[in-house]
Amino acid sequence: MCYLFIIQNRGIIKKGSVYTFLYKQVRIFVAMKTETTQLHKTNGMKDGLSPIENAVLNDYKYGFVTDIESDSAPKGLSEDIVRFISAKKNEPEWMLEWRLKAYRHWLKMEEPQWANIKYPAIDYQDIIYYSAPKQKINPESLDQIDPELRRTFEKLGISLDEQKRLTGVAVDAVVDSVSIGTSFKKQLSELGIIFCSMSEAIQEHPELIKKHLSSVVPITDNYFAALNAAVFSDGSFCYIPRGVRCPMELSTYFRINAENTGQFERTLIVAEEGSYVSYLEGCTAPMRDENQLHAAVVELIAFDNAEIKYSTVQNWYPGDKQGNGGIYNFVTKRGICQGINSKISWTQVETGSAITWKYPSVILKGDNSIGEFYSVAVTNNHQQADTGTKMQHIGKNTKSRIVSKGISAGVSNNSYRGLVHVNKKAVNARNFSQCDSLLLGDKCGAHTFPYIEVRNNTAVVEHEATTSKIGEDQIFYCNQRGIDTETAVALIVNGFAKEVMNQLPMEFAVEAQKLLAISLEGSVG
Amino acid sequence: MNNIIENYKEHFDRLQSSPTSNAMSVLAAVRQNAFNAFSKMGIPTARHEEWKYTRIGSLFNAELQFPANLLPSIEAELEAIRLPGYEQANELVFVNGYFNSSLSRIRSAELITLTMEEAAAGEYKDFVLRYLGDSSRYLKDGINALNTAFTQGGVFLHVKKGQAIEHPVYIYNITDARTAAILAQPRSLVHIGENAQVQLVETYSTIGIADSFTNQVMEVVMEKDSLVEYYKIQNDASHASLVSTTHFLQTGKSYLHTVTISLNGAIVRNNLNVILEAEHCEAHLYGLYFQGGKSHIDNHTIVDNVKPNCFSNELYKGILNNEASGVFNGKIFVRPQAQKTNAYQSNKNVLLSDAASVNTKPQLEIFADDVKCSHGCTVGQLDEEALFYLRSRGISEKIARFLMIRAFAADILEHIKPAPIHAYVEQLISERLEFHIL
Repeated sequence: MCYLFIIQNRGIIKKGSVYTFLYKQVRIFVAMKTETTQLHKTNGMKDGLSPIENAVLNDYKYGFVTDIESDSAPKGLSEDIVRFISAKKNEPEWMLEWRLKAYRHWLKMEEPQWANIKYPAIDYQDIIYYSAPKQKINPESLDQIDPELRRTFEKLGISLDEQKRLTGVAVDAVVDSVSIGTSFKKQLSELGIIFCSMSEAIQEHPELIKKHLSSVVPITDNYFAALNAAVFSDGSFCYIPRGVRCPMELSTYFRINAENTGQFERTLIVAEEGSYVSYLEGCTAPMRDENQLHAAVVELIAFDNAEIKYSTVQNWYPGDKQGNGGIYNFVTKRGICQGINSKISWTQVETGSAITWKYPSVILKGDNSIGEFYSVAVTNNHQQADTGTKMQHIGKNTKSRIVSKGISAGVSNNSYRGLVHVNKKAVNARNFSQCDSLLLGDKCGAHTFPYIEVRNNTAVVEHEATTSKIGEDQIFYCNQRGIDTETAVALIVNGFAKEVMNQLPMEFAVEAQKLLAISLEGSVG
Repeated sequence: MNNIIENYKEHFDRLQSSPTSNAMSVLAAVRQNAFNAFSKMGIPTARHEEWKYTRIGSLFNAELQFPANLLPSIEAELEAIRLPGYEQANELVFVNGYFNSSLSRIRSAELITLTMEEAAAGEYKDFVLRYLGDSSRYLKDGINALNTAFTQGGVFLHVKKGQAIEHPVYIYNITDARTAAILAQPRSLVHIGENAQVQLVETYSTIGIADSFTNQVMEVVMEKDSLVEYYKIQNDASHASLVSTTHFLQTGKSYLHTVTISLNGAIVRNNLNVILEAEHCEAHLYGLYFQGGKSHIDNHTIVDNVKPNCFSNELYKGILNNEASGVFNGKIFVRPQAQKTNAYQSNKNVLLSDAASVNTKPQLEIFADDVKCSHGCTVGQLDEEALFYLRSRGISEKIARFLMIRAFAADILEHIKPAPIHAYVEQLISERLEFHIL
């Protein structure tokens, strides 16, 4: 495909920063143009199919496999595997105990059945729980990184060196569970910011890990969180010291690579008093036949006057048009506004995965704290998403805002499930929730399950939801002005999701918009 | 839990083996199925998604008696609870779950009233067989099954094709708890014929001081071009608990208008199902709950759009004072073929005290794309600015609050169409307001 070809050859272009920047913009434009043209062709050929079905026929554009020698554990899960993972990572005794405790608790738990998703039973003994790309020495610079691996990132459009110079983003790249390259580390460490892989943090900052790990998501929290605690292979740790404003966006690239490997990430971000950090997480994964399990845990802690902004773009392999394969994404994300005036903001753009089970939540413990949740979830073909948020109002004058935009196409199902809980002591709590659904096609479903629990009479809670489709009059209006139907749909969908897209940091906004266009081009309501 | 089921099994076996029971195999079979379902599901706990916020298990801790079909003397009590306008109305009286024909007065000849046993044995046998227990398709819990399992002494109402019942039908559900704690289970099946019209008004009253539990189920089947207005008024004693299920099946293009007013009770749970099984059906669901003390009010509604081109509008408002707790759970289903559905839902709550709480869950499940659906809900207090406006004009704070809550409730009250009932409910609300605010 033309699109991939261009990206692969990007390295040839002279790396003058202005040129590269301009080139990046041109590339996106050309790529989108090419896709549109291709779509026109396919539309012509496949008579009798509705434009929506044509949209469904769009191929997954990031599907490729990188051949890296994996260093895997045998299939299955047992105490021995937990010990193997722990030993493999040279973990101290307390960490092994912590994992075993989680594993033993997990054995007693049952897989949750309440979500509005259907999938064949997962055989937890048929999964490889650990696989690390072979990497003998810790690289000092990016040049030492396996060239094969670097090409993978270039295909994904985030070559480390380019980003390092061009966008000022420090990237902690995670391929198959082990961190392989960390840039900007020195600049960050001068400010006292710790940004490293979780395994490194366990070795070098055990006191911080002991104090904060599983303080927001206890190992007994839920089935998938317990599983994650038992077998998590790596993840990112970020610590912002008192009063420091992190000068750049921090980002991690997650990527599932070796076949049959579950990805179990664990991320912990601690923002001390008066600090600020914006963290980006983006995901793409290669094509797979078998379902892959992903059970990540993300914990955020914000102390007095601190602010954490966490953004996600998730574009994992959603399975083929018949609903075979695809990633099972069971994620527990939770933040706590521990101190006064603290703020946690979640932004997510979910376009991938066969199954998404994800509820980024905020515990508003500190007085005057603020929690935000902005989400765009797109489901197509046989994808199923059950996603939303939880806002727990505990402190006084706490505020939360929820904006969720669900877009369903094909035969997919998209559910919003949210909880707003106002505690008895949460005086003057304020919540506003809005969840809108857009249906493209008559075989898909949109569902909303909002739970609102108010225990305090000074609280003001508002919730509103609408469901609609793209009107023929809207399309006609665009056509009339010379905008073709595909572009019109992209325009309307982008407008529908704009409130959320605006929350994304600049670095992500372009990629996210592109993802939306790829997922839904050709759809007409 | 097992004790309860075993205990009920004894009663059930006695009911099934009674001589009158065997003669009507239709009812016996329905009961048997329902009892099997009840034994399997038991009393719902908080783990049951539909009973998450309403704990009903404690009601069964009391030794609830299965009442016999005796005739307690309650004429005097009935006089006291008669609704205004009864002189012209048709009155149906249930005592402890049994339809009592001697206390009932049927004034309209077009209204056919039979006991469930008579209906199941006679010309309505097929109808009863088909529709009795239709609500269990939507309510998969032991409480609904329990009522069906003990279906006896219920009533079957039929409004014949083309008939408009001139006088409203008042239904009194009386539970006599003077001697013991009673489990009363009134049951009715209503058939509204083609192009027929009726107004139904239901109330609930408990006599005596024992903790009683009324588990009522009413199923209404509406044919083409029929029109039903249904009013439910709950202002029972503070120790009386109630689960009231009303299930409307609109099998032809028809119009439904319901208003549910809940003012008192220990635990009150209303299940209102509206199944739009034909094109161009219209349904309006209104509700007002105004609770104080320690009462718990739970409104569960289901609007199921099965066929295209239906319209439904739902508005529930709640005022909660003292330690009262409220629950609203509104579900709208839009089935894949139900294109051009318009469905609206709104729930608004005002909390008047620190200890009052509300749980609301407006839920949409949509499988069709050409639809207009929206829902919204709010929880808050009286608007400070509006209060200030009134006070700046010399109105005392209490009166200002009184006026504002009354206005809040008026949105629902204006949908009560029969004049005597409207006046009656307005009066009740004013008395409550005087008690809570002034």
